[in-house]
Amino acid sequence: MAGKGKGDFGFRLGTGLFGLLLVLMVATIGVELFRQSWLSIQKFGLNFWRTETWDPVAGEFGALPFIWGTLYSSILALLIATPISLGIAVFISELCPNRIKPVLVFLTELLAAIPSIVYGLWGVFILVPAVRLLETSVPQSWKSIPFFTGPPFGLGMLSAALILAVMVIPFTSSVAREVLKAVPVAQREGAYALGATRFEAITAALYYARTGIVGSVLLGFGRALGETMAVTMVIGNNPRVSLSLFAQQHTMAAVLANEFSEAADPLYLNALIEIGLVLFIITLIVNSMSRLLIWSMARPVRAPEPAVVDAAESAA
Amino acid sequence: MTWGTRRRKFLSSLFVAFCAASVLIALVPLAFVLFFVVSQGIQSLNIAFFTHMPVPTGEQGGGMLNSIVGSLILVGLGGLFAIPIGILSGIYMSEYAGTRLASLVRFAADTLNGVPSIVVGVFVYGIAVLPFRQFSAIAGGLALGIMMIPIIARTTEELLLLVPGTMREGALALGATHARAVFTVVVPSAAQGIITGIVLAIARIAGETAPLLFTALNNRFFTTKLTQPISSLTVQVYTYAQSPYVDQHRQAWAGALVLVVIVLTCSLLARFATRRLEGLTSR
Repeated sequence: MAGKGKGDFGFRLGTGLFGLLLVLMVATIGVELFRQSWLSIQKFGLNFWRTETWDPVAGEFGALPFIWGTLYSSILALLIATPISLGIAVFISELCPNRIKPVLVFLTELLAAIPSIVYGLWGVFILVPAVRLLETSVPQSWKSIPFFTGPPFGLGMLSAALILAVMVIPFTSSVAREVLKAVPVAQREGAYALGATRFEAITAALYYARTGIVGSVLLGFGRALGETMAVTMVIGNNPRVSLSLFAQQHTMAAVLANEFSEAADPLYLNALIEIGLVLFIITLIVNSMSRLLIWSMARPVRAPEPAVVDAAESAA
Repeated sequence: MTWGTRRRKFLSSLFVAFCAASVLIALVPLAFVLFFVVSQGIQSLNIAFFTHMPVPTGEQGGGMLNSIVGSLILVGLGGLFAIPIGILSGIYMSEYAGTRLASLVRFAADTLNGVPSIVVGVFVYGIAVLPFRQFSAIAGGLALGIMMIPIIARTTEELLLLVPGTMREGALALGATHARAVFTVVVPSAAQGIITGIVLAIARIAGETAPLLFTALNNRFFTTKLTQPISSLTVQVYTYAQSPYVDQHRQAWAGALVLVVIVLTCSLLARFATRRLEGLTSR
């Protein structure tokens, strides 16, 4: 397609430079975050991620509680969201009548369109009181189980995990749906021809699509890791490492949102930027892995059909 | 029917029921969020919300005029910055689809799309706030723009790839240069889709709070100065949500309702346009 001649070279160069700008932008984000957190990297090294004390006033910076909170809340959210998302994907692509399909697709996409701050506001005033009620109704005898220790505030890990799960569902389910679409129809027909029940045929399809399914779950994981506003409003913002679902905890994104504009001391600022750097690297790795898995599955089949453009899918 | 078959059939209906139930489970929070935003928001939403400035803390009434104007300015700045870059890099990705640079640009766009919004905020703080020792609307717009670019670029790419190769070839056969063929034939025929991509990008960033927290910051006063901190609906809702005053909570709900209406209108517009587009291309 590439033409020859002077005008064409200028065109290629011109648009190419803008393309290159995107590549540079990603590189610059990495380099800048690294450069601006150098003070902290140099001073604390790996101990930064191994110590638990976060006391900016005393100049002690240990980021373990934040990475713990981010991973714990995201994993809990995935545990809730994954079965539901896959159920939705299967229902929409395999089970539901064609007429209501677009309606369900639209409704699940609405979940992705609602701004994070709105989820947060709803979380603070509606979800948290409900969760507090749930937590107080936990029988006393369970209190010795590590997951249920501590006073029931409502604000805490459980609320954060629930709200994250809701926010992750539309992403995972829409990609899982795409992936299921890429499973050849013959594969399912074969299963039915052998006398398989729906459950057996669909699990076979899910098994066939397993790489893509894992990719869709990872995509949701990437979203959960970086989610900021809704989480910071309901998690309690207390830097500590605890298994308890009731405990007020903190995440990497939340500490940035809360403390960044107050960080006057250069070391403090550098420590916060280092948290941002590591969050950037983790999400980069998770997202790249997810994309590779989804591509290996859905690319060859996706090419000939018209690309439906919507927020959730362009996010993939 | 043998016992085994019955068990298999039972398991199968259980599975179907689980799938149907998961759809319902996902719709419950959606219904709850929309219900509370609308019911709480509508009570506090009045003309004053759009035309008045915030009143001093503790007093009743007032509006969010400065935040509404601020949000418009920030989104406008973001668009100004992101639309040219997004469209041109999208053109490159589709016109030179096979090249190594195009794959690299695609990878960069997808990566940029996955960068947490708060990290974009930290990055922009480092390059546009710290050097000037000044929070500003420009920094906020830059942060929003960075988030818009990948969406616009990828939509442009996908839609240009849908334009039949014969149209491009027709233009080239008439002696047009590649640039001319692209800008007078290919891009115009995909224009509607590209605009859809822009609307989608706006829908996504209009509700963003995290990248504005320490770039545009917030401002209690009305301003249109681009070099000054500026208020936005989202940051203002966040501030009000954390305040102990009931009247400010009311304002927060009203702000949330306005945000949801803006975002949903943009999404619906985009969806409507996409459907028409699908109708066109599948012919």
